[in-house]
Amino acid sequence: MAGTSELDVGYVARLARINLTEEEANAFQKQLDDVLKYVEKLRQADVSHVEAAAHALPIFNVFREDAANEWFTAEQALSNAPRKANDLFIVPKVVE
Amino acid sequence: MTEKDLPALSIADLQSLLRRREVSAREVVDALRARIEAVDGEIGAYLSLDLEAAGKEAEKANVDLPLGGVPLAIKDIINVMGQPCTCGSKILQGYRATYDATVIQKLRAAGAIPFGKTNLDEFAMGSSTENSAVKLTRNPWDVSRVPGGSSGGSAAAVAADAAFGALGSDTGGSIRQPAALSGVVGFKPTYGRVSRFGLVAFASSLDQIGPLTKTVRDTALIMNAIAGHDPQDSTSLNELVPDYAAKLGNDLRGVRLGVPKEYMIEGIDPQVKAAINAAVKQMNSLGAEIIDVSLPHTDYAVAVYYILATAEASANLARFDGVRYGYRAENPRDVLDLYGRTREEGFGSEVKRRIILGTYVLSSGYYDAYYLRAQKVRELIRQDFAKAFEKVDALISPTSPVPAFRLGERTGDPLQMYLADIFTIAANLAGICGISVPCGFAELDGHRLPIGLQLLGKPLDEARILQIAHAYEQSTDWHKARPPVASAAHKA
Repeated sequence: MAGTSELDVGYVARLARINLTEEEANAFQKQLDDVLKYVEKLRQADVSHVEAAAHALPIFNVFREDAANEWFTAEQALSNAPRKANDLFIVPKVVE
Repeated sequence: MTEKDLPALSIADLQSLLRRREVSAREVVDALRARIEAVDGEIGAYLSLDLEAAGKEAEKANVDLPLGGVPLAIKDIINVMGQPCTCGSKILQGYRATYDATVIQKLRAAGAIPFGKTNLDEFAMGSSTENSAVKLTRNPWDVSRVPGGSSGGSAAAVAADAAFGALGSDTGGSIRQPAALSGVVGFKPTYGRVSRFGLVAFASSLDQIGPLTKTVRDTALIMNAIAGHDPQDSTSLNELVPDYAAKLGNDLRGVRLGVPKEYMIEGIDPQVKAAINAAVKQMNSLGAEIIDVSLPHTDYAVAVYYILATAEASANLARFDGVRYGYRAENPRDVLDLYGRTREEGFGSEVKRRIILGTYVLSSGYYDAYYLRAQKVRELIRQDFAKAFEKVDALISPTSPVPAFRLGERTGDPLQMYLADIFTIAANLAGICGISVPCGFAELDGHRLPIGLQLLGKPLDEARILQIAHAYEQSTDWHKARPPVASAAHKA
């Protein structure tokens, strides 16, 4: 499925682990083609002498002691789990 | 002063009554409950309320603390222990926060009572609150219009006197724009001034928590409580926090205000333009010097934002996979089916659209063309501001090019919705602070619609921005106007 940009919504949706209905994929293709056309204006900016901004404000390495803290109990960490048992999250089988 | 009138008070006025023991914190919570019951059916600002617990906290409140006994509403993307935190998304329905965000800990330490969670665009992605998967929020000035977004519930609650003040979050204007459209004060602090720990991350290099209030003084009072370094947020700045409220005054002599020529574009509503011009004159008459400045890379801001914000969002929202919390698709075949369907069914359209765009701009072969280039243009935008601030103390512009638009008017065209944030986005890219204050009304279809004035300041120069905003506000009556929905409830 190709639009006016190089974006292939179906392929990128699979990368992002989002299933899409065909209707949704078609709508997104058109809408995101428009957005990508709009952002093409960035090609006009002269960035030849610019370093990419990593932070808006100068923040460098932030260190702290590697010390243990009180944090969630297993019960708290699991309190919102969709499925759990024996203090563990239950998920579909991932190895045969 | 009857109980019915209490919710219309500013935080500062409420505190005077509480401290003179003319009203109890419990009576304040009860009055607020009555007001919410009267108006929120029509406005839809709240997603959840915990007024029982708030009433009990009020009974123990120490009203002599900085925010003692003051109930505050919280955007439903900030974790408040034991309360829901839906982020306006189906994917977090039923979720209960297991901890307090740092801002909530700080508010509690200052005596405030977080009592309810306000509506928002899903994961704060939007400019009208229409992307909430839970409900619509309406503008208290005209219920056929949007309150702005993404902190639309917080803005509408404060505007309708259904909250004394609220917290929001601002990634590209999500505090300032709804404040402007709903006629309240909205403040985005410097990036790093307020801890983001416990704020569900949308775009981590842009997100910042801030207050929405009826007056600039109230914003200063909340900032006093929430600003400051937090070891839990490695991007939080280890800088001294001044007493913002103590520094407010009514004089603008010696203040240099810059009017960026790139912000006075075509497409600004004529009534908005007239209101901003009048505000500039007013500030000039209060002693401010008005200086023309240029921010030459302004036209790139929206494009930079929608590359960087979606890229960061695509990474941040990877955690919603149906495993540890939130919604999970039923009967998954395998783990990929679990991820794919959970995210299909749990996320709304705008969130999916942004994750896909963000994944694309980070993907192999496109990273340099989009993400890296956008980071470089971001640096040019930051330098624009740094240069402008060599000449002026603050920049002045409209907050939004238009007053509140109609519900449904822009939902079909994402790009048009993105352009609603054209004046607010650059401040997040540059990490600077900014405020929106009411500066007039547009008359449209027989309704008065609020207009917001934006002031932008240097990094960590919050105190000066609040001073300027306060001096302007106190020289006008705009902040005293109440919307029809609030007045009707007063009379009821």
